[in-house]
Amino acid sequence: MALQSLDITRRSATTIPSPSQRQTPEVAKLIDISKCIGCKACQVACMEWNDTRDVVGTNHGVLDNPMDLSENSWTVMRYAEVQTDRGLEWLIRKDGCMHCANPGCLKSCPAPGAIVQYSNGIVDFHEENCIGCGYCITGCPFNIPRLSNKDSKVYKCTLCSDRVAVGLEPACVKTCPTGAIVFGTKEDMLHHAEGRIADLKSRGFADAGIYDPKGVGGTHVMYVLQHADRPALYCGLPKDPSIGAMVGLWKGAAKPLASFALAAGALGAFLHYVTKGPNKVSEEIEKEFENEK
Amino acid sequence: MKNDQNTIIRYTPSERANHWVSAITFILLALSGLALFHPAFYPLTQFFGGGVWTRILHPFIGIVMAISFSIMFSSFRQLNVMTPADREWLGHVREIAAGNERNMPESGKFNGGQKVVFRLMVSCMVLLILSGIVIWRSYFAFMFPRAVIRLSSVVHAVSATIMIAVIMFHIYAGIWTKESIDAMLYGRVRRAWAKQHHAAWFRQMTGGK
Ligand code: HEM
Ligand code: SF4
Repeated sequence: MALQSLDITRRSATTIPSPSQRQTPEVAKLIDISKCIGCKACQVACMEWNDTRDVVGTNHGVLDNPMDLSENSWTVMRYAEVQTDRGLEWLIRKDGCMHCANPGCLKSCPAPGAIVQYSNGIVDFHEENCIGCGYCITGCPFNIPRLSNKDSKVYKCTLCSDRVAVGLEPACVKTCPTGAIVFGTKEDMLHHAEGRIADLKSRGFADAGIYDPKGVGGTHVMYVLQHADRPALYCGLPKDPSIGAMVGLWKGAAKPLASFALAAGALGAFLHYVTKGPNKVSEEIEKEFENEK
Repeated sequence: MKNDQNTIIRYTPSERANHWVSAITFILLALSGLALFHPAFYPLTQFFGGGVWTRILHPFIGIVMAISFSIMFSSFRQLNVMTPADREWLGHVREIAAGNERNMPESGKFNGGQKVVFRLMVSCMVLLILSGIVIWRSYFAFMFPRAVIRLSSVVHAVSATIMIAVIMFHIYAGIWTKESIDAMLYGRVRRAWAKQHHAAWFRQMTGGK
């Protein structure tokens, strides 16, 4: 979706500046897990607004439904029952794209403009430019993008970039009945989170905190966690996500350098040819075979 | 040339045909692979009908090359065993680069340099096939954990770069050494050429005449 085309911070596989004349404030969605009751209204609202329909699945004996993200389910609620010092706790995490400030998908994508990041921080897939290679899936630290079997394009949460562009909050935020999901500028959301964390601490959650991982430059979807010291409790939320050394190596400076080295090799070969001349059969040997001609 | 008594057979028709299948598929693979390698090369996707077709075609062309290359490997494998003479040949590589072949030890059908190229190509090809399958999103990538896919992405890109460099060298050697391309095009080389560049092979083929 390309509504905010004047405020693009970066585009995938593009080495020149993007249209960036307009600057917008950085936004963020804050998901307060302690307030979530797991009603899935946000999942429904997401499908409603984006007009996607997942297949009717099967009952796996747990509340998770569907069991995983898909090209049609851009957000899913993940339910964890964990034992903590407070007894049995039900930790329900709304999973979906985190809109990293430093997005591994965008870094990995080989197709120009298939992934863009707006100055408000939203990371958006532009399916019309996507070639379906799946490199973004390889590069994502959160395992979010899903490749569609139907059209071989990838899909994920857009943070309702189309709604945000016209001053609305994302559909999930609008629908959440408990106010567990709030949306605003990143600054306001961090401020709001501080209040929530102080409240949780006063109620005995000593390790309550915000999840805004620095390894990916911070995210534009943040969580308030009761147990911020152990994010893995929340269905495997990574503690210290980052793009990682392998993807850095794959997409770093090595490629332009290797390209130059190949070009230099070709030039070197040409120069060798014009300075040393071709390697012909020597005259001595030619003479030996002369009378055979 | 077929009836020319002064020439020696170097490659059979099937060896030549297969060599060129490998060569053509390699060029297509290098162009389509580079298109996704760095944005500077993305316009190469135009040769393949756009980005999506490039992504679809590349691995299938890879399968064709893998088959053709394996056949070439089995027919040239024995001829590429390194001998002490080859090692000595490699020790004189600077001289030959300067165009002086006088002190070079006699080589067999393939010289030390060709054998090094053969080894590098085989190693890169094995890595390319294995890593290429792992990163083939439509059919295989879902079978592998992300860490393996990430490693394979790096291995594929690195081995492709080395392979492209080696092939560039291989092509240049064919241009620089006059008449050697005739061997792969028409199958035969002149006796003088054979004596000059592959003296031991020349003797083996002709009994020294
Ligand atoms: C032998 C079988 C091969 C297979 C199965 C294979 C498969 C793949 C796949 C699946 C991709 C990802 C893009 C796509 O889906 O089209 C890819 C990328 C690539 N391939 Fe291959 N490939 C093979 C051989 C080669 C060869 C011989 C070269 C050498 C020229 C090569 C060079 C590349 C390059 C440069 C990339 C881009 C890598 C990157 O973006 O980092 N491939 N290959
Ligand atoms: S699947 Fe599409 S969005 Fe993802 S890396 Fe490939 S071209 Fe980019």
